[in-house]
Amino acid sequence: MKSLDELKAIRERMQSQIGIRSEIEHASTRIVVGMATCGIAAGARPVLKALSDTIHSKGLEDVMVTQTGCIGLCQYEPIVEVIESGKDKVTYINMDEKKAQEVIEQHIIRGQIVSDYTINSKMDK
Amino acid sequence: MMTEISLNILDVAQNSISAGAKLIEITIIADTKNDILITEIKDNGCGMDKDKLENVINPFFTTRTTRRVGLGIPFYKLAAENTGGSFKIVSQVGIGTTVTATFGLSHIDCMPLGDINSTIHTLVTLNSHIDFFYMYKIDEKSFTLDTREFREILGDISFNSPDVSVYIYDYLNENKQEVDGEKVI
Repeated sequence: MKSLDELKAIRERMQSQIGIRSEIEHASTRIVVGMATCGIAAGARPVLKALSDTIHSKGLEDVMVTQTGCIGLCQYEPIVEVIESGKDKVTYINMDEKKAQEVIEQHIIRGQIVSDYTINSKMDK
Repeated sequence: MMTEISLNILDVAQNSISAGAKLIEITIIADTKNDILITEIKDNGCGMDKDKLENVINPFFTTRTTRRVGLGIPFYKLAAENTGGSFKIVSQVGIGTTVTATFGLSHIDCMPLGDINSTIHTLVTLNSHIDFFYMYKIDEKSFTLDTREFREILGDISFNSPDVSVYIYDYLNENKQEVDGEKVI
């Protein structure tokens, strides 16, 4: 059984990193995943996990992943929205784990929107 | 259509979150002797009145205003009943709601429980302001996860901070493995 002592050690380690929590609360980038019935049925849970895992593994502290309900585009689920302060919202559609990792690497880290996966790519065709 | 029971649980728990629950209790009990799997999601959210409760299993009823279908609960009910199981919702305004689904464990139409650890991990880490109590029991063996215990140790450190998130995932995986020995339910 995993013990709660390990959690105590994590707390002590984190308390020495002053200011880390306030940074998370004021994250300048928000990634929102649709987690209503439609999103979950289409595979939102592994997408969300891939996003969180990649953010953690890349050590990105200024990025927050949150969830939302159905935004009314069920046929395009799983949907991931990237909201950066001072920029237009970008909506990615029909996401999967691999695409989610790509969005973190290209869009969040390098600042280049992965236009193949956005909803606009669908609208233009 | 949902492919895992654990996805239905995630879906139903989202309703508890929308209902403003402060505590959500999720229980999974597999009883191989009696060949049943019981799942329960209990919340202390706003609850539903009698009228709403009667309508909730109707796919053409939803609290949403942007469209007219709500499939989450009907999906779950059907999934349980298709295995010779049963489905029940008890709710009281101001008290909360309890959703219980029972499945015939070895029934050919019983979908796998699936990645329940990811469901619990997603719920716990994304809803740091809500407490979760989770119990996983297979016959005589069981384990629990109680975020109130975590919170007592962590203070105001978020469940979503990287180290804590990994701890919670490992906690679920290691304890589940001890309970079911990686047997697929």
